[in-house]
Amino acid sequence: MADNILEIRNLGVRFKTDTGVTNALNDVNFDVPRGKVTAIVGESGSGKSVTANCIMRLLQPPGEIVNGSIHFNPSRTAPFDVVAISDRDPRIYDLHGGLISMVFQEPMTALSPVHRVGNQVAEAILCHRDVSKDAAMAEAHDMLSRVGIPDIDTRIQMYPFEFSGGMRQRVVIATALVCNPEVLICDEPTTALDVTIQAEILTLIKDLQEELSNSIIFITHDIGIVAQIADYVVVMYQGRVLEIGTVRQVLKDPLHPYTKGLLAAIPGNVPKSVRLSTIATAVGDADITTPYPLKEVGEGRLVSLP
Amino acid sequence: MLHYVIKRMGTMVLTLAFISVIVFVVIQLPPGDIVTSTLERMEASGMQASDEYVQNLRARYNLDKPLYLQYLNWIFNFVQGDLGYSYIYSKPVNELVWERLGYTLLITISAVIFTWVVAVPFGIYSAVRQYSIGDYFITVVALIGLATPNFLLALLVMFFAWEWFGISIGGLYSMEFRDQPFSIPKLFDLLSRLWIPGSVVGMGGTAVTMRILRANLLDELNKPYVVTARAKGVKPIKLIFKYPLRIAINPFISTLGLLLPTLISGEAIVSMVLNLPTTGRMLLQALLAQDMYLAGSFLMLLAILTVVGMLISDLVLAWSDPRIRYE
Repeated sequence: MADNILEIRNLGVRFKTDTGVTNALNDVNFDVPRGKVTAIVGESGSGKSVTANCIMRLLQPPGEIVNGSIHFNPSRTAPFDVVAISDRDPRIYDLHGGLISMVFQEPMTALSPVHRVGNQVAEAILCHRDVSKDAAMAEAHDMLSRVGIPDIDTRIQMYPFEFSGGMRQRVVIATALVCNPEVLICDEPTTALDVTIQAEILTLIKDLQEELSNSIIFITHDIGIVAQIADYVVVMYQGRVLEIGTVRQVLKDPLHPYTKGLLAAIPGNVPKSVRLSTIATAVGDADITTPYPLKEVGEGRLVSLP
Repeated sequence: MLHYVIKRMGTMVLTLAFISVIVFVVIQLPPGDIVTSTLERMEASGMQASDEYVQNLRARYNLDKPLYLQYLNWIFNFVQGDLGYSYIYSKPVNELVWERLGYTLLITISAVIFTWVVAVPFGIYSAVRQYSIGDYFITVVALIGLATPNFLLALLVMFFAWEWFGISIGGLYSMEFRDQPFSIPKLFDLLSRLWIPGSVVGMGGTAVTMRILRANLLDELNKPYVVTARAKGVKPIKLIFKYPLRIAINPFISTLGLLLPTLISGEAIVSMVLNLPTTGRMLLQALLAQDMYLAGSFLMLLAILTVVGMLISDLVLAWSDPRIRYE
């Protein structure tokens, strides 16, 4: 039996709006192995972020979980089903930043514009542990130095708008990690950053993961990042999981036509006169919309094919 | 920061100088002056005024001098604290305005307190529970409050207070205190009655504030920084107060100084209905009788209050929003 920190089973989410009902997630199944990096890849609207919000119970109306379970097995407390607990259950606040944390896509807007950086990091500690404000600030200081903020003594008193995008993302990461969560969800943490800063942030996340050995769910649409950072890959499309495997299996030997199309669409070393391949051209006539249930084709290797 | 305050003070003085010119000119604009209205009154009662008498009268009131000299004379005395002489009350303006200005400020402040105490919690509820029955109810009540003229509300409150409770709510003091010297019981009496004009005058503003707060808060509620705060474990009530409300409330801080003039003009008719000793009514009388020193002093003092109010609200805003402070 594999040691999974999260087991997501038959998760279904729908959004009820005035224009109709959208099924954002349909029978999503996957595991998050403990202490590893699991990447969720897919295009916009494939349900990556909705899945992350469900795991953290951050899903807001009009979104609602209609079925399924998210079995959470932390080492610090007793296991429970994240979907089944009520909105008033105090375990919700353990989830939020204590046991599971999230790094968001937009560092420019993810921090409060009117609170000092140090206070925003320290607040995460004060929400989860009964320590004095000074002690929390000292820990925030420590965490900010670990994520590579220079000149902390002055920076800790500054406001987010005085920071660059990359620096802000470091602050967001510090806020997420300061309570040493068992699961860190990174929702496209480098999408809004330029390429050199992307590399720095990725290295930082990977180094901190090795140091703290927490489990990471890394959401991205960038296959290059997946290859760099992930141990396992979950491919999502239109609210379904199409393929699961180790990063090596999925990238070297994709089974689902959509995954093949996704990999073929990576711009490679082609002459200037040749048009880049899109997912659609690479997929061709193959059927990628029929929701076949996942079938196991090897140890931890699943694919949605007939 | 000190530099900013000094700079603002400089602009304030300039602004007030401009306002003083405009005030003076506007008061002079209607045809005639205090002398013509005095003569009209005399003629109406069958008296004839000799040319010499008219000349003397004009000389006494400095009306024979050119306009700019009249202005300089007025403004020079004004900055020295001599507000001039009221023709219609035959008293120095100084003896007339301060008490009334005090009451106006008192009613304005109580109206602002009423506005915020009511508008903020209901605005928050309305935004957080958007499209709930409570939200619709609050919206309907707010729109009725907005659509009801202040003086009508004042009349209704007076009528029902008399009908149901048999009390007269006109004036700022109860009957037994009205002619008494100022004392602690009289102060309590004042405070116990202040909420009536305060709520009547503040009603329209309450409705507007509530609606704007709701809209601002709805804008902020789903911003990423609120989700971040929630994701790090901040509990719902604290979350709303500490994050989106802090930002949604900033526009109100910046318009706090502007509340004063609107409340004062809204208050004039209410004061007449409720028989309150405030500036609105006396200002109207002074303007009708072309009592230029009284009217001018009132307008200038209100302008000063407004400009100072703006400065204070800007300083408070800079204190509450670091993005403004650092620009």
